[in-house]
Amino acid sequence: MAKAKDIIKLIQKKHKKAVIEAEEFRGDPIVKVKKEKLIEVCEFLVKEKKLAYNLLVDVTAVDFLPYKRTPRFDIVYVLVSVDNEHRLILKTEVDEGEKVPSVYHIWKSANFPERETYDMFGIEFEGHPDLRRLLMWPGYEHYPLRKDFPTKGYDFDKKWDPEQIKDNVLKY
Amino acid sequence: MAAERTWKLHMGPHHPSTHGVLRIELELEGEKVLKATPIIGQLHRGIEKIAEDFTFHQAIPLTDRLDYTAASLNNLGYVLAVEKLLGIEVPKRAQYLRVIISELSRIMGHHLWIGSAALDLGAMTVVFYTFADREIIMECIEEASGGRLTPTYMRIGGVSKDVNEKFIEKVKYFVDMFPEKIDGYETLLTDNIIWRQRNEDLAVISYDEAINLGLTGAVGRASGVNYDVRKAFPYSSYEDFDFEVPVGSKGDAFDRYMCRMEEFRQSVRIIKQAIENLPDGPVMADIPYLNPPQEKVRTDIDALIRRFKFVLEGFHAPKGEVYQSVEGSKGELGFYLYSDGGSKPYRCKIKSPCYIHVSALPAMVEGYMLSDIITAIGGLDIVLGEIDR
Repeated sequence: MAKAKDIIKLIQKKHKKAVIEAEEFRGDPIVKVKKEKLIEVCEFLVKEKKLAYNLLVDVTAVDFLPYKRTPRFDIVYVLVSVDNEHRLILKTEVDEGEKVPSVYHIWKSANFPERETYDMFGIEFEGHPDLRRLLMWPGYEHYPLRKDFPTKGYDFDKKWDPEQIKDNVLKY
Repeated sequence: MAAERTWKLHMGPHHPSTHGVLRIELELEGEKVLKATPIIGQLHRGIEKIAEDFTFHQAIPLTDRLDYTAASLNNLGYVLAVEKLLGIEVPKRAQYLRVIISELSRIMGHHLWIGSAALDLGAMTVVFYTFADREIIMECIEEASGGRLTPTYMRIGGVSKDVNEKFIEKVKYFVDMFPEKIDGYETLLTDNIIWRQRNEDLAVISYDEAINLGLTGAVGRASGVNYDVRKAFPYSSYEDFDFEVPVGSKGDAFDRYMCRMEEFRQSVRIIKQAIENLPDGPVMADIPYLNPPQEKVRTDIDALIRRFKFVLEGFHAPKGEVYQSVEGSKGELGFYLYSDGGSKPYRCKIKSPCYIHVSALPAMVEGYMLSDIITAIGGLDIVLGEIDR
């Protein structure tokens, strides 16, 4: 099991310009890279034998609206190397309305998590083969996990009208 | 004309073999599956969003409702993630109790899988035996926590209360009796010609494909991916126990079955070691901002104030982000927590194994027959509560 510091050093050495910030927290390396260099870094992480991050565990996003931060979102990739048994939290920044390159062609397991991130945060992934709503129904207007969305939801006390989503159901 | 002969069929969401409310849109040519598209989200309760409004402690019962067949494992994943965020150590006795309860839960989850997967293929006998044995585990868990299906036994910093002699007796009885029962299940299925014909060489996933699709747990291990979170990233004293990780070679539905049968035996082995070497000591870490033990609250005013503060305000976690995973009964179950320094998780993402597995379903069933989908879903062992969250 490689140390977190060594992993950070190796990535920083090879991709000096891509890394925005890198830190170690509770033993796991956390590396934030530029959006433009994301694919380049990901391909490096898979191919480099010392790292060999062949398993993409999860893709998600964090919304920083209450902090009024630009860019607004952090995209988080959790990577695991099955052979070397170490982990990496890879992050990138994206603003509202911007697109992130999809990592589907590197790890096919990005399929559903990227779709869910689009569904919940409204972040579009460029190059994703099937970017549709996943957990919410098609035609739903809001993005529930954004911080400006209330937990109880919009229109929660209104009567449900089946006619309203009839067209969307047929679109499947 | 070939184009005229393709069908579109919606399988589910009320089909019993989809194990919940999974809908699969199928494109069929005769009985051959050309394209399968899983449609999920009908059990979406927004647990991640609700957790953002709860304190760290309040969110524990929500995690029970993810994979309700093996609820304690979800608790464990969540509390470990919070503990990692806080950077606290848990007493050894609590760690061992967690291992016992979570391995019992794993067996419970596998019981439900083998019962229902066999039932889907028409083998009705198995489910009666597995559910009878599942009842014994539920009694054990009830003795420890008071709950049966959703016990919420784990707490941040330990477990909710210490176990009594009766629990230890019951677990010991179960551990002694159960290996024979596993052989019993195997006599019903392993050499059963119908079971073998329907499971062998079906839904085959190669090693590279399995890693690329992100398959973990028994599904990944059947394809030869030797990845078990308990071995790769040991948590809760798993490094103390002697156990093996079964790995398959072919990656078909039958290998998945064999892997899980071996996991039954390994879980029993772990419980046996844990219950025999159960150390003495407290079951809760004594940390000022955490919930004090029940006995202290009744006698000590300081502890009472601490509990008040803990329940009303919660505690403020340090700023940062962690990812902690456990080996769930289905695969790698992970929790990604982002804390902004407040008493609530700023973002709580649940990485569910079944969710990734169901996204790999098209790669498994395309090219096979319609009836093979039922076998493939049975082999995947999906729980919709965990997929939709």
